[in-house]
Amino acid sequence: MVDQPVILEMRSITKEFPGVKALSDVSIAVRAGEVHAICGENGAGKSTLMKVLSGVYPYGTYEGQIVYQTEEVRFRDIRSSEAAGIVIIHQELALIPELSITENIFLGNEPGRGGVINWKEAKKRAVQLLARVGLRDDPDTLIKDIGVGKQQLVEIAKALNKDVKLLILDEPTAALNENDSQHLLDLIVGLKGKGIASIIISHKLNEIEQIADSITIIRDGKTIETLDVRGGDVNEDRIIRGMVGRSLQSRFPDRTPHVGEVFFEVKNWTVQHPLVPERLVCKNESFTVRKGEIVGFAGLMGAGRTELAMSIFGRSYGTFVEGQVFKDGKEIQLRNVSEAIDQGLAYVSEDRKSLGLNLLDDIKRSVVSAKLGKISRGQVVDDFKEHAIADEYRKSLRIKTPTVDEGVSKLSGGNQQKVVLAKWMFTDPDLLILDEPTRGIDVGAKFEIYGIIQQLAAQGKGVIVISSELPELIGLSDRIYTIFEGQITNEFTSAEAEPEMLMKSMTSTSKKAEAA
Amino acid sequence: MSGFSDVKKIFGGGTTSTARQAGILLSLVAIVLVFQFWTNGLTLTPGNLIAVVNQYSYILILAIGMVMVIIAGHIDLSVGSVAAFTGIIVAKAMADFDLPWPLAIVLGLVVGALIGAWQGFWVAYVGVPAFIVTLAGMLIFRGGNQYIGAATAVPVPEGFTVIGAGYLPEIGPDTGYNNLTLILGFLAVVAIAWREWRSRRTQAEMGSEMVPVWVSIARVVIIGAVVLYAAFLFAGGRVGTSFPVSGLILVALVVAYSFLTRNTIIGRHIYAVGGNSHAAELSGVKSKRVNFFVMMNMSILAGLAGMIFIARAGASGGQDGNGWELDAIAAAFIGGTAVAGGVGTVIGAIIGGLVMAFLNNGLQLVGAGADLVQIVKGLVLLLAVAIDVYNRSQGRFSIIGIFRPKRRNGPSDQTPTPTTGTPDTAKPGAVTVNN
Ligand SMILES: Nc1ncnc2c1ncn2[C@@H]1O[C@H](COP(=O)(O)OP(=O)(O)OP(=O)(O)O)[C@@H](O)[C@H]1O
Ligand SMILES: [Mg+2]
Repeated sequence: MVDQPVILEMRSITKEFPGVKALSDVSIAVRAGEVHAICGENGAGKSTLMKVLSGVYPYGTYEGQIVYQTEEVRFRDIRSSEAAGIVIIHQELALIPELSITENIFLGNEPGRGGVINWKEAKKRAVQLLARVGLRDDPDTLIKDIGVGKQQLVEIAKALNKDVKLLILDEPTAALNENDSQHLLDLIVGLKGKGIASIIISHKLNEIEQIADSITIIRDGKTIETLDVRGGDVNEDRIIRGMVGRSLQSRFPDRTPHVGEVFFEVKNWTVQHPLVPERLVCKNESFTVRKGEIVGFAGLMGAGRTELAMSIFGRSYGTFVEGQVFKDGKEIQLRNVSEAIDQGLAYVSEDRKSLGLNLLDDIKRSVVSAKLGKISRGQVVDDFKEHAIADEYRKSLRIKTPTVDEGVSKLSGGNQQKVVLAKWMFTDPDLLILDEPTRGIDVGAKFEIYGIIQQLAAQGKGVIVISSELPELIGLSDRIYTIFEGQITNEFTSAEAEPEMLMKSMTSTSKKAEAA
Repeated sequence: MSGFSDVKKIFGGGTTSTARQAGILLSLVAIVLVFQFWTNGLTLTPGNLIAVVNQYSYILILAIGMVMVIIAGHIDLSVGSVAAFTGIIVAKAMADFDLPWPLAIVLGLVVGALIGAWQGFWVAYVGVPAFIVTLAGMLIFRGGNQYIGAATAVPVPEGFTVIGAGYLPEIGPDTGYNNLTLILGFLAVVAIAWREWRSRRTQAEMGSEMVPVWVSIARVVIIGAVVLYAAFLFAGGRVGTSFPVSGLILVALVVAYSFLTRNTIIGRHIYAVGGNSHAAELSGVKSKRVNFFVMMNMSILAGLAGMIFIARAGASGGQDGNGWELDAIAAAFIGGTAVAGGVGTVIGAIIGGLVMAFLNNGLQLVGAGADLVQIVKGLVLLLAVAIDVYNRSQGRFSIIGIFRPKRRNGPSDQTPTPTTGTPDTAKPGAVTVNN
């Protein structure tokens, strides 16, 4: 790779937001036909750097130079960077759910003449583009009807249509399962063979190690180093050392579990799909949680883990059919969310932007929003207490922000997740349900969040963790349930849990004996 | 680090929404001053100020409810009709059934509440968009008003007119001013100073950051001076006039609703539902109740506005309240309320309403016709919201932006807090001060 010419160079980029210097003097050089990874902790400035590159932050709002194919470029907006062949796929997908695959691919680029779209042509090209990314779906399918994995591929097809030369992917696999991730990574490597360079941002370091040719590490808005993966011995530990400035001895904090009595029990939980009554998203599921125990829920995307959690959490999903919930031996009713919160349940959603946070709000108000009564006298909210409490969480969870008066929309993804976590810790729950709690979170912060989860368990609370990353579930949980198509198929203790066995129970209803 | 950003703190804590408010406030001051010169000092005379309050208090009362409706993500087109409908019922009850006027006021509020419950039911529990529900309400209650009133004006008794045309009474020695108005003005200044002092004390206790002392003092002195100046103007009017009762009702409502929206649980819930209703529901907010509440509250305020109007006019008629919804909505948007909901303040909407009021009044004083007034009002609405949208897209947050030279680095009106965060944030270069 070193012999390839540099096609993109960003020189001394500095970008300030009011009160925050997101990037200071960052430089990066990408060679033709390489996969260049950018690594760094949450809030290091990765997304910001890519937004500078792609014209989201136009020329004039940052300092420094961008040299692309030996010329200095000054992008005014995304369109002008796309015209130059630089296409960014954002952390949050930008597809329109109600439109078809074809319509999405050609949105803003519709083939045709005089404003009249040539749909035949569009569909023909869509099929070709889909084939290039390995999709065989009907191009008339609506985006909302295909999974996230495929949506991600449609995004890439859309980029290919724009004649992309440099593809930027911001955490493309954060919401994908292992199969879909692998497919996507293979595709990126395939594109490389066709001369399309990529810049990829990811917190999944094993993926980076697998596909990157070189890695630029950013810490606190500054370039730390660039590693040549093909040339030297770069491994995950080496990347982590660059990112956090020290080695991480282990991925999970030490812990001696103190598991007590069963205090939370769900029996025969059955729930219908909200729109299709014939379809059961939870079929007769029963499980228990003990005091001080961390219980993992393993399953593929769409297995019904989120549906199970949300339907228990105040019937927030689907139509309740039957089932009972017991807490401390007594049956409890959880007919709506506020009842669930009052009963000591907390649910941290996997989708922090649309379900976890009000992005118009500031940090302090978000932190206390799920239990305002706790800082209110009568109906009146004590805003000084609010500030003080939010500030405590800012310190203890190390939320990276100058002040808790800042809007949550301005935080980096990982720091937003910490705000959501703080919000639910503030409700002081007995049972905390965490749905993909470390999605899009850097290694250091993951370690911290594991530590927080373990602390909560040590206080005698029950914790349920839903995660698509098996190593995480295995490392964290005392017990793991596997879920397949809305059914609990198996139960493993931490000693028994092996990835292959879990995988078997996650993909079929076979019993433990057969699985083993 | 001092300079402009500290000066701005006089009008707000440095958050985005207060910065926007400060911008609108500046525009209001500018408009008043322009007309003061243009009308050779007619704008800021006791008689004119009293007239402005009399003429606009009911629109401003509507704006209070409207901003809450819009924050929650709805709209209410029916307020003019609801006001007229309530007005005719109250007038009829007094004229035909000899209902004593204090009871008639209660009746009016009850009618408003019932109408609000009706509209709130459709919006919150059936899920019909508020635009449709209140468009229907606009027709239904306008028709209801004309049906009941049979298209004739129904006069109201003398006692009732107090809420629309009454003034603070004269008490105490003859000072040449209305003593009660002066006392109220002084009390307001004391309250402002006390609030400032108390908030500083609590901040000190909590160990949170404070604005410099001189900012606090400047804030109290400037606002206090304006309040006192206004008090003297109101108190110095023609004998028998002073601060209008309707203005007093308005001030009380502004204080109460500012508190409600900022400091109470239901207030927080209104912003939460408007900002992201899914997330709000998953945080235990009962969004249906919140939606019902804002719709119902709006109609109660509309009923009150309707009563104040007929009290001033002396009679209830078939054209009362025509077009009020537009003024109230415009006031909310000029005052920085977000079209998509989730953002806005009562105080902002009031300032927005005052912008409209003084424009209207000033143009009339210089002799412009109703046609021209409407054109100007329309343009101002468009301009105010456009500037706001533009500033937001530029990463800047207020109208102040246009009063300052442009800077390359995406300036912002946010005031950084120097004590925490990375050292970078404390550097003067990191903030946008145009010295
Ligand atoms: N619009 C904005 N206004 C103010 N500050 C911002 C804005 N966008 C980002 N920041 C700040 O800039 C810093 C870098 O953010 P950025 O989103 O680039 O981080 P990141 O490296 O992508 O993190 P993550 O891995 O969590 O996605 C953060 O401190 C963030 O709070
Ligand atoms: Mg990011």
